Amino acid sequence: MTNTDWPLWEVFVRSRRGLSHTHAGSLHAPDAEFALRNARDLYTRRGEGVSIWVVPSSAVTASSPDEKDPFFEPSADKPYRHPTFYEIPEGVQHL
Amino acid sequence: MATATAPRTADDEAYQRTFDAAVAADERIEPRDWMPDAYRATLVRQIAQHAHSEIIGMQPEANWITRAPSLRRKAILMAKVQDEAGHGLYLYSAAETLGVGRDELLDKLHSGRQKYSSIFNYPTLTWADVGAIGWLVDGAAITNQVPLCRCSYGPYARAMVRVCKEESFHQRQGYELLLALSRGTPGQHAMAQDAVDRWWWPSLMMFGPPDDESAHSAQSTAWKIKRHSNDELRQRFVDICVPQAKSLGLTLPDPDLRWNEERGHHDFGPIDWTEFKEVIKGNGPCNEERITQRRRAHDEGAWVREAAAAHAAKHSGTAAAHTGGRTEKEVGQA
Ligand SMILES: [Fe+2]
Ligand SMILES: [Fe+2]
Repeated sequence: MTNTDWPLWEVFVRSRRGLSHTHAGSLHAPDAEFALRNARDLYTRRGEGVSIWVVPSSAVTASSPDEKDPFFEPSADKPYRHPTFYEIPEGVQHL
Repeated sequence: MATATAPRTADDEAYQRTFDAAVAADERIEPRDWMPDAYRATLVRQIAQHAHSEIIGMQPEANWITRAPSLRRKAILMAKVQDEAGHGLYLYSAAETLGVGRDELLDKLHSGRQKYSSIFNYPTLTWADVGAIGWLVDGAAITNQVPLCRCSYGPYARAMVRVCKEESFHQRQGYELLLALSRGTPGQHAMAQDAVDRWWWPSLMMFGPPDDESAHSAQSTAWKIKRHSNDELRQRFVDICVPQAKSLGLTLPDPDLRWNEERGHHDFGPIDWTEFKEVIKGNGPCNEERITQRRRAHDEGAWVREAAAAHAAKHSGTAAAHTGGRTEKEVGQA
């Protein structure tokens, strides 16, 4: 039998206007056009989407789970980035 | 993704602790996280078997598409069978995140090295079987699958959420179909009763062997792949079905079935596990037919896969440029 190893695609679906595309899952397809059609059949059989992106899985660069801690550390020690960090006298409104 | 067993290092011990802590905290394990080899192997086996069941499960019902009694029923049945194909694809994708290939999984199904649910080795003799499958087989599947939405492996849990949303239509269309027959002519009513009589016990077997004989249960429970025992889920299913059967005007084929006030559950008769084991071994009424049909569908579809791959290769330059432009435009708008 010949090789039928179609590449893997990641599927992103915009569920309705005003929302961003979110990852729905993945599928195999020989090319982008088929990937779009397959994604429509697989992930939007009940009106779950108004727009679909397909991206070759091989094109995704991901942060490594091993370096999770050091990689995300810069955001962990900056509580002053959150509004709750600041003390505001009682009674002050719209702030 | 390495799955070979190497001697454990200090790193491994640390990874194991991180994994154990995540499972204990009810966090999800994701594909690129470290996980024990046995956890990975268990998931591959379970998810593959689940995926195979979805696509083999298309066969007994698809038998009836051309003979559906009305256009409405035909459209419903086609949509259901198409959903089952979709469920198979969600699950194969989930299995692939563990480092196995799609071709490899199909190959193992075709050569009998991986199994599928033995329920699909029973024949669909009448139109009423389509109703009994929707009500009882999809019903049992839902009872099994709802807790899997909280399974510790992220991709499997997410696939299950999607599947469960779709299953509820499957069960309801089956119930409605049976109700129509049950309220129809005496002949139709008898047909509905006969289907329920044949599917009831195999449906109870779908929950697997009794707890004291279930080989993998304890470890799967510790890993939070499994959230409830086989017997617990089976009991839940029986309790749900009894009043539903009553509303259908049909009986369940078990003389020992009665409410037990003390337990707050229905008691039910003993299950014939010899039959279950025979069907698993390959001696069910349709084992041979299902696998032969699956292999044939795969082989006969080969030219389509080859043609699509050839087309993709031929047009790779232009196609990439075309869709690349379209996607970029949309990204710009996001
Ligand atoms: Fe399904
Ligand atoms: Fe189903």
